[in-house]
Amino acid sequence: MPHSLQITAAAPDPALLDLPWHIPLEEWPAENLAALPRGISRHVVRFVKLSGRVIAVKEIGETVAYREYELLRALNRLDVPSVEPVGVITGRRSPSGERLEAVLITKHLQFSLPYRALFSQYLQPDTTGRLIDALAVLMVRLHLTGFYWGDVSLSNTLFRRDAETFAAYLVDAETGDLHERLSSGQRAYDLEVARVNIIGELMDLEAGDLLEQGVDTVAIGARLVERYEELWATLTDAESFDTGERWRVAARIERLNALGFDVGELDITTDVDGTSVRIQPKVVDAGHHSRRLMRLTGLDVQENQARRLLNDLDAYRAATDRQGEDEEFAAHDWLTTVFEPAVRAVPRELRTKLEPAQMFHEMLDHRWYVSREQGRDVPMAEAVRSYVEQVLRHRPDERAVLGAVPGVDSTALPRFEEG
Amino acid sequence: MATVTYDKATRIYPGTERPAVDALDLHIEDGEFLVLVGPSGCGKSTSLRMLAGLEDVNDGRILIGDRDVTDVQPKDRDIAMVFQNYALYPHMSVADNMGFALKIAGTPKADIRKRVEEAAKILDLSEYLDRKPKALSGGQRQRVAMGRAIVRQPQVFLMDEPLSNLDAKLRVQTRTQIASLQRRLGVTTVYVTHDQTEALTMGDRIAVLKDGLLQQVGTPRDMYDTPANVFVAGFIGSPAMNIGSFVVSDGAAQLGQTRIPLERSIVGSIKPEDKGHITIGFRPESLDIVTQAHEGAIPIKVVLVEELGSDAFVYGELAGAGAAAKDIHSGAGDAQIIVRVDPRQVPRKNETIWVAIRPGERHVFSAASGARITA
Repeated sequence: MPHSLQITAAAPDPALLDLPWHIPLEEWPAENLAALPRGISRHVVRFVKLSGRVIAVKEIGETVAYREYELLRALNRLDVPSVEPVGVITGRRSPSGERLEAVLITKHLQFSLPYRALFSQYLQPDTTGRLIDALAVLMVRLHLTGFYWGDVSLSNTLFRRDAETFAAYLVDAETGDLHERLSSGQRAYDLEVARVNIIGELMDLEAGDLLEQGVDTVAIGARLVERYEELWATLTDAESFDTGERWRVAARIERLNALGFDVGELDITTDVDGTSVRIQPKVVDAGHHSRRLMRLTGLDVQENQARRLLNDLDAYRAATDRQGEDEEFAAHDWLTTVFEPAVRAVPRELRTKLEPAQMFHEMLDHRWYVSREQGRDVPMAEAVRSYVEQVLRHRPDERAVLGAVPGVDSTALPRFEEG
Repeated sequence: MATVTYDKATRIYPGTERPAVDALDLHIEDGEFLVLVGPSGCGKSTSLRMLAGLEDVNDGRILIGDRDVTDVQPKDRDIAMVFQNYALYPHMSVADNMGFALKIAGTPKADIRKRVEEAAKILDLSEYLDRKPKALSGGQRQRVAMGRAIVRQPQVFLMDEPLSNLDAKLRVQTRTQIASLQRRLGVTTVYVTHDQTEALTMGDRIAVLKDGLLQQVGTPRDMYDTPANVFVAGFIGSPAMNIGSFVVSDGAAQLGQTRIPLERSIVGSIKPEDKGHITIGFRPESLDIVTQAHEGAIPIKVVLVEELGSDAFVYGELAGAGAAAKDIHSGAGDAQIIVRVDPRQVPRKNETIWVAIRPGERHVFSAASGARITA
């Protein structure tokens, strides 16, 4: 049998060719693996070392693999938080000529946390609730772009810390479909599947003694539905008012901005006699604060981290009395004199613990606590030193948390240093 | 248990002119296993999703039993979409894995246990109910996933290409399992596939769609023996039927050296828009090797012989027909004819053989409309 391995990838890494594609994924040698995933999956999935990075490799039928690859590419182009596809490999054969399943390769999302890992470490109160809120935002964003997920669950989602909350990313698009727009039946069904899956996953954690005490799993499922519907209504409902109340147009836009969304297109219609106005957002884009921070500083961070950083930037402008000046200039100075020195003050060996923006957010929190405790305004440099020694040093490494061993302390989580 | 009725159900996607599903009229009996089959883009998945409530119905109605569900939310339709999703919860027992959706719905504990036990009996899982999924084999895990849908006791099961992500071997196994399970449960089932073999082996009846239009609905035997048009004729059966465009002259269909006599009623049914042509189809297994002198003999130059042990197939082309050879084709590609031959007497490559269509196994279609013509 001629052996012809076919690699489909946008930017193939030649090192891909060195991986043992002739061996079933389940039997790959330990030297290739970064860790074994412990989540629940219906396919064989492995985290694999490649050129100093980590990739996720999933064995799956050929047509499904290509389909999911294209879907993930489309989602990336639409700027929806999802894992980045690397490629599809087909035509695998064992040395004896036996056909092996095709694989889909995605990049491991740095600093992301599977929900099982989150539950196996110390949880701040209401972590579950905040994960659910993040998932509701992700679902609304997906549905706004016309993506029907088909199998929404915590297992098919990854979470990244985002200031005091989380940001959710889509991991598994196997059952998904991209439409021009979704029918209300599609949205309702996706939401119902999500509700049942999430409650099931939480019941499973409960059965394994991994859930906070006294959590009402069914109520958490209901919270997802409630949050989703609230957000969807705020983003898409039409609103009518008298022509004299035109300030309400600006108010609606501000309300959406506060939720982290920009209004790309707003439909404004007046009735025949011109006495009332009806507005309805047509195109809304998530990431209002992160886009603003990106424009001002070039920093690419998540929405709530951006919100926090922008607040600190505002405080900096007020403190340095530069509110009259162009925002861009002040932002540049804030970046070089406040943000970068703080992040650079972290010893190199501790930098894989958290993303820089998340560290900065925690430094701000820490400075607030220390200042209150000591009854004085602690300077940033001093706060940073104290944060590194008292907080950061004791945190687990989160750059590559790949799986979780149920019931085991997070310090024992399988972890891989990425270069 | 319930019937399902599509009553002129139509789905038009925004921004498109041609309906994805065009006035579908289809009645599915209580307890029936109906397979929707067709090439990609034919509207089969859209039809299923309309029944599930995932696609809006722009015109017409959909009924489950006597209830019009056209505008009912998916979760209130009393249907279950069955995935081959065997992502089971590791900390929960097999019984809990099967029954958790009922627990969420607030079903009393005793009822849940009863329904789970009934489903486990059908699925051959009774002795595993109190174990963890880890202790199960791959096939058993899949049955647990099926059990999740079964315990909900829905009126209708919906399955959209559930086998597409399984490897070939498991696909054949699971195919048989689903079909026999459905018969034991007796729950009305609508199943979507692009694979005609899957359709033939699983369905009580098959509905073939193309371009959003229902082509034919019937038992696997109906579809094979009396395809309603050229499309169904070419789609159902493997290897595919040979289909040729013949010129009608002097009461016979002619192509190259071949002259197949036609019944008077068939000749009489030819209309001006057929422009003196007729389409004739014959399956690879409907041909006998004959001598050149045999009436209606078709000369075939052997290009390739595929020997499968129990069967052998000749892939050839129409001999001595010149340019007309391209007027006959099969599932193997243009200008090819496939013949099933005795595996103990296979012809050689480049040899010319003569074959004739067995009496009663010839299919005749209108050249213009493609519709079946009965003698």
